[in-house]
Amino acid sequence: MSDAPLHTQFNSIAQLREALVSRQVSAQELAQSALDAIQARADLNAFLHVDATLSLEQARDADRLLADGNAPALAGVPIGHKDLFVTQGWRTTAASKMLADYVSPFDATVVAQLRQAGAVSLGKLNCDEFGMGSSNEKSAFGPVKNPWNTATNPGGSSGGSAAAVAAGLLMGATATDTGGSIRRPAAMCGVSGIKPTYGTVSRYGVIANGSSLDQAGPIARSALDLLELLDPITAFDAADATSLEHCNGTPNQPGRVRHDFDRAVQAHQAAGSTPLKGLRIGVPDEFFSADIQPDVAATIDAALKQYESLGAERVRISLPRTSMSVPVYYVIGPAESSSNLSRFDGVRYGYRTAQYNDLDEMISRSRAEGFGSEVIRRIMVGTYVLSHGYYDAYYLQAQRLRRLIADDFRRALTEQCDVIMGPVAPTVAGDLGTEGSPTEEWTADIFTISANLAGLPAMSIPCGFASKRNLPVGLQLIGNYFCEGQLLAIAHAYQNVTDWHQRKPEQQ
Amino acid sequence: MSITQQDVDRIARLASLELTSQQSESIQSDFSDILALIQQLQSVDTQGVEPMAHPLCGQQDVALRLRDDVARPAATTEQRDALMANAPATADGLFLVPTVIE
Repeated sequence: MSDAPLHTQFNSIAQLREALVSRQVSAQELAQSALDAIQARADLNAFLHVDATLSLEQARDADRLLADGNAPALAGVPIGHKDLFVTQGWRTTAASKMLADYVSPFDATVVAQLRQAGAVSLGKLNCDEFGMGSSNEKSAFGPVKNPWNTATNPGGSSGGSAAAVAAGLLMGATATDTGGSIRRPAAMCGVSGIKPTYGTVSRYGVIANGSSLDQAGPIARSALDLLELLDPITAFDAADATSLEHCNGTPNQPGRVRHDFDRAVQAHQAAGSTPLKGLRIGVPDEFFSADIQPDVAATIDAALKQYESLGAERVRISLPRTSMSVPVYYVIGPAESSSNLSRFDGVRYGYRTAQYNDLDEMISRSRAEGFGSEVIRRIMVGTYVLSHGYYDAYYLQAQRLRRLIADDFRRALTEQCDVIMGPVAPTVAGDLGTEGSPTEEWTADIFTISANLAGLPAMSIPCGFASKRNLPVGLQLIGNYFCEGQLLAIAHAYQNVTDWHQRKPEQQ
Repeated sequence: MSITQQDVDRIARLASLELTSQQSESIQSDFSDILALIQQLQSVDTQGVEPMAHPLCGQQDVALRLRDDVARPAATTEQRDALMANAPATADGLFLVPTVIE
């Protein structure tokens, strides 16, 4: 067993920065110790590509800036990137055989922004193939193990990102969320994660899954660390057609989230012993349906009580179309996936089958051999719902229901409450190798997908443990459009008085 | 509700997927479950509701931008080679595929 990496001696990115700036620790030492720990925890299968030379080169650059005394905010902070973000140097596979050897000629915007901010990348993180899955068992390169119990899955699709942070291998990681893929693994691994408002973080260079749903965001230990990672990547990007120039009139640029966070925290501090006095927390009846595991529900309830002790008020609300969000999502998501994945043809990049007689055969055989079973299933569903004769009944109907679901949220968040809270998932992490039928798996996303359908910011923070095996439970917070700063402040208020986010798994 | 093997074949053809018989059978059996799930959509009356294509369209103006119609500098040979380095088969800056026109 190796020593824990150096950065685990620091409770936050801010603390680590102090040590780096005062030269108590160097970026190269940090990177080397993280590389050693990553190697020692190869059993987790959290990383798909590590390249010590590339990481140490970035660390050297950070040390040079730190020595000069004008280092950017994240100089030397060890992070990793979900393998859907394209990276120069490191392979980008999307956890698919289709892209097993792919090396991008450019960095995704988010990767470049974090590099610009000085963060040091320790490599590429495992995930479900093309982000399609809820347990990280759909990776072509094997499942990730949950550091809290290596017999269980870490949640998906950003399972490598969440597991690496939970195991203390990284300070933070990038991730993406199409239907819960940041929040679910964050919850299952006992770490924090935020999916910001649709369109606020660039998706340029993020391999596309469902384009009207996909949003990138960070996973880290605490709300404070999420702020450090989210603020610099929240920015308009002309290279992403869906990137927003403005957020309710405010320019979409770094500083926006931090400004809102600081203002909210100041207000909380001014309120003294009841920092959240006046905050109305909407708790949807539908999020405590019969399907939720009783001890998960009890853990969430305890977290809500903690919020009440901070002065917040619990308001019963209803999101009546919650159950309908699953069929809506599994029409719109696969429809968009099937369109996006049509680019994989074995001609310009990606896997090509060994034997073929003509062009059509080459393309369709390459696709059938290169994609995994869940990806093929979703391409087939998407093609079906978009095909002649079914388009109106499925795709258009799903888009109409999507508006009704978004309207339910809008009504609740303007008339009844300031933030919505509930569980991220009905259960804790499941055992590896015990996945149910496709639709059973899909239905487990029931509490997370509606925020993607509505485009709202949503996060998960650790709030306790449940089940016989004591596995982490995540509390979900859903805010109004562009309220990332306020959400992080509300999460921070909870983390100020609890220590769930500081709990670490024992090495197994 | 279920679909026939011919339906699966037709969808696979549309999706450019040459499924093995095993893949094809597994899709057919999954589809009865999947159709039962997505058919729940039909139970809701959505008359008069405008389909929502962009999640923020009720929140602010989300008209897609168009960039200025000006030429961008052409890629250099090095950039082209870097882009094509991922292609399974190339020659002289061209992607190679089986003969399409005899």
